[in-house]
Amino acid sequence: MNITVRVWRQKNADDKGKMVTYGVENVSKDMSFLEMLDVLNEQLTLAGDDPIAFDHDCREGICGACGVVINGQAHGPQVTTTCQLHMRSFEDGAVVDVEPWRAGAFPVIKDLVVDRSSFDRIIQAGGYISAPTGSAPEANNLPVPKKDADHAFESAACIGCGACVAACPNGSGMLFTAAKITHLGLLPQGQPERDSRVIGMVEQHDHEGFGSCTNIGECTAACPKGIPLDTISRLNRDLLGALSKGKA
Amino acid sequence: MTTTTTTTNTSEFYGVGADIHDTKAPSGPIEQRWDTRKFNAKLVNPANRRKLSVIIVGTGLAGGAAAATLGEAGYHVKSFCYQDSPRRAHSIAAQGGINAAKNYRNDGDSIYRLFYDTVKGGDFRSRESNSYRLAQVSVNIIDQCVAQGVPFAREYGGLLDNRSFGGVQVSRTFYARGQTGQQLLIGAYQALERQVAAGTVEVHTRHEMLELIMVDGRARGIIARNMVTGEIETHTADVVVLATGGYGNVYFLSTNAMGSNTTATWRAHRKGAYFGNPCYTQIHPTCIPVSGDYQSKLTLMSESLRNDGRIWVPKKAGDERPADQIPEDERDYYLERIYPAFGNLVPRDIASRAAKYQCDDGKGVGPGGLGVYLDFADAIARLGLDTVKAKYGNLFDMYAQITGEDPYKTPMRIYPAVHYTMGGLWVDYDLQSNLAGLFVTGEANFSDQGANRLGASALMQGLADGYFVLPNTIANYLADGPFEKISDDHPEVVAAKQAVTDRINTFLSINGTRTVDSYHKELGQIMWEYCGMERTEEGLTKAIGLIRELKADFWKNVKVSGVNEELNQTLERAGRVADFFELGELMCIDALHRRESCGGHFRAESQTEDGEALRHDEEFAYVAAWEFGGDTPILHKEPLEYEYVEMKARSYK
Repeated sequence: MNITVRVWRQKNADDKGKMVTYGVENVSKDMSFLEMLDVLNEQLTLAGDDPIAFDHDCREGICGACGVVINGQAHGPQVTTTCQLHMRSFEDGAVVDVEPWRAGAFPVIKDLVVDRSSFDRIIQAGGYISAPTGSAPEANNLPVPKKDADHAFESAACIGCGACVAACPNGSGMLFTAAKITHLGLLPQGQPERDSRVIGMVEQHDHEGFGSCTNIGECTAACPKGIPLDTISRLNRDLLGALSKGKA
Repeated sequence: MTTTTTTTNTSEFYGVGADIHDTKAPSGPIEQRWDTRKFNAKLVNPANRRKLSVIIVGTGLAGGAAAATLGEAGYHVKSFCYQDSPRRAHSIAAQGGINAAKNYRNDGDSIYRLFYDTVKGGDFRSRESNSYRLAQVSVNIIDQCVAQGVPFAREYGGLLDNRSFGGVQVSRTFYARGQTGQQLLIGAYQALERQVAAGTVEVHTRHEMLELIMVDGRARGIIARNMVTGEIETHTADVVVLATGGYGNVYFLSTNAMGSNTTATWRAHRKGAYFGNPCYTQIHPTCIPVSGDYQSKLTLMSESLRNDGRIWVPKKAGDERPADQIPEDERDYYLERIYPAFGNLVPRDIASRAAKYQCDDGKGVGPGGLGVYLDFADAIARLGLDTVKAKYGNLFDMYAQITGEDPYKTPMRIYPAVHYTMGGLWVDYDLQSNLAGLFVTGEANFSDQGANRLGASALMQGLADGYFVLPNTIANYLADGPFEKISDDHPEVVAAKQAVTDRINTFLSINGTRTVDSYHKELGQIMWEYCGMERTEEGLTKAIGLIRELKADFWKNVKVSGVNEELNQTLERAGRVADFFELGELMCIDALHRRESCGGHFRAESQTEDGEALRHDEEFAYVAAWEFGGDTPILHKEPLEYEYVEMKARSYK
């Protein structure tokens, strides 16, 4: 296959950035999208050009490092991570646009690499259970109904890639925040801090410059881990409940 | 039985130094040793802890858990990772589960049995004291993770579920679907972020450690590069912990994350830290095979597939017919034929080598002939499609996604791949290296797994070291601190920083004609060919020569574009590959000197008449701890003694 890629090139956060067109020949349909970029980068390096910077690590769809907007869609045409998108999803001769996540709260560092540290700060604002090491009670002393555990697991599967933010017309990070609130809020261990958690995390979310949720649903449609939209309803319920108790 | 017969003098590659000993492990009954050590270790008064500073490099299970725990204890912790967030460390990719001797199934499990299985599984090349402690602490790990909200699988009654894992006769593996590593790491990460909010831990993401600072015989800090700005930063502390994972990426293709590297451990090795058992590499038998030259990594398919899948190759070499056109009597179900008792469920090292032999004989399937079939046709006929889907559906989907083939219709193709490295920096029972003040945890150290690792034990060691062992043993060291403050203009700091700067400038100024990746791939091929599933004296000797040539060429002809003062991923990789060259050479030397087969190390010259691994306990029951010596490393032996487990040969016939 021969592919034409138009890639967002931006030297650093201060640079204006622009789309640049490259041709990639002999693309195999078995290549992952990132392997196609590797091949292009080898060509660029040998030609004396600066290779394209992009984030990636495990290439197994679990670390959440990779993620670019492909032809206007977060992670491209399949609902998966960019590392698990393969070139067989494209036609021979295709022209493919590649851009970084587009969101005010994710400033561009270089080319396709963005700064997602705002997600870490949302977790710092309460996305945990305060369990000091070394004093935990015997694990089976605290039964968790299987249904709750399974549901909590589904939300806990969030990989923090940021596709939800990139897909959202408002640049909202609500699906990410809601996934954590749902995961911990469904477990008995998470109850003591449930109110302070939701208030702290939502406050930090807004403080980071993420937009508001208006229930469009693009986030869940783009989520490679299938985090459901009802986590956001749960977040809203928890938030209203906490605020009504005057815990703000 | 045959024995090793060799006439070549391989000692020209290395020197031999004095024996080394672990001086920290208490003697006495094994079940009391850890409590004894904890009681005898010095403590640090809570009010004094905030005056003490700790650097921890790496934020996986070992590093993240240690940073969270030490921060919570009141120490001042600086944590470093190369990823954009600590949540992305490669521990996140572990699938199967975590072992713990809870005996929830009432099937005869115990701490002693987990200890026994670990020592035996490691082919009697690990320490009894360390393995026992690992089994002992495993029980607390599950309690800790549940308290943090890790969503382990549950029974309908709300209690924790378990399953069993390869080569073990009890159900002691706790799991969270196929994403156990992810859930455990997220638990540690959340505990870490909680400490960041509390102000006890500073996290430096997108930072890479490039040098260790040694002052007056003690590890006192690191030189790190800020990967966004290129700034070469000095960070000093009272103690340094490396929790930087394994070095499987020396093979280029492996199941490791792309960024996993040896640089932190290798820079420490060059500063005097001994490297233990570098040649011990675990090869996992069920990975998706390589499909082309462009391939960047390999993906594991869970070993559980071998419960129902049958492995076969065409009987005739070079048979290129599609699988469905090869009649039953022209197929060789070679594992069932050679190992009738265990069949397709032989252990990892046996299954891996058997696949290699079939492919070496030209019977491999798929592109390049490097693959064997894992066929579910019989299972589908016997159990029905729905049952197979319910059991393995997500794995089948993953396979289809990566290969574009439908494994329900055509057999999967699998091939072994590099998975885990049991070697690492040498540490004592306190997890301290031979350098004072340098501690090493998790996969980065060599200590607990021996020559082979049981499934579901890697997560266990990472968290045992991070939550429970290191936070106790490091206090014994820190009780003598705080040490004199090191200023940024101390001659050792200035020299370390200058060395890093010079090295970076060298990479950027070579301006040759070959890319970094092309060197890495070639190094990886040499390692895989000669220091992979099977090693020979001849092959290893050849590999050392090839690596030395390639390394010399790298320093003359590599092309690293861009500048230091920006995000420069080529520059990052150049530094890592340069260190892989030196480590790869040491791995070959270690593999060459160990003239026996054990665990993940199979020397073709040392096998029984029916082709099984043959250990030589009387000669090689030691840890090989290597001191850096340029082209001639120096071997220090730590003798291993077994008081509780009798050394026996493993057999699967």
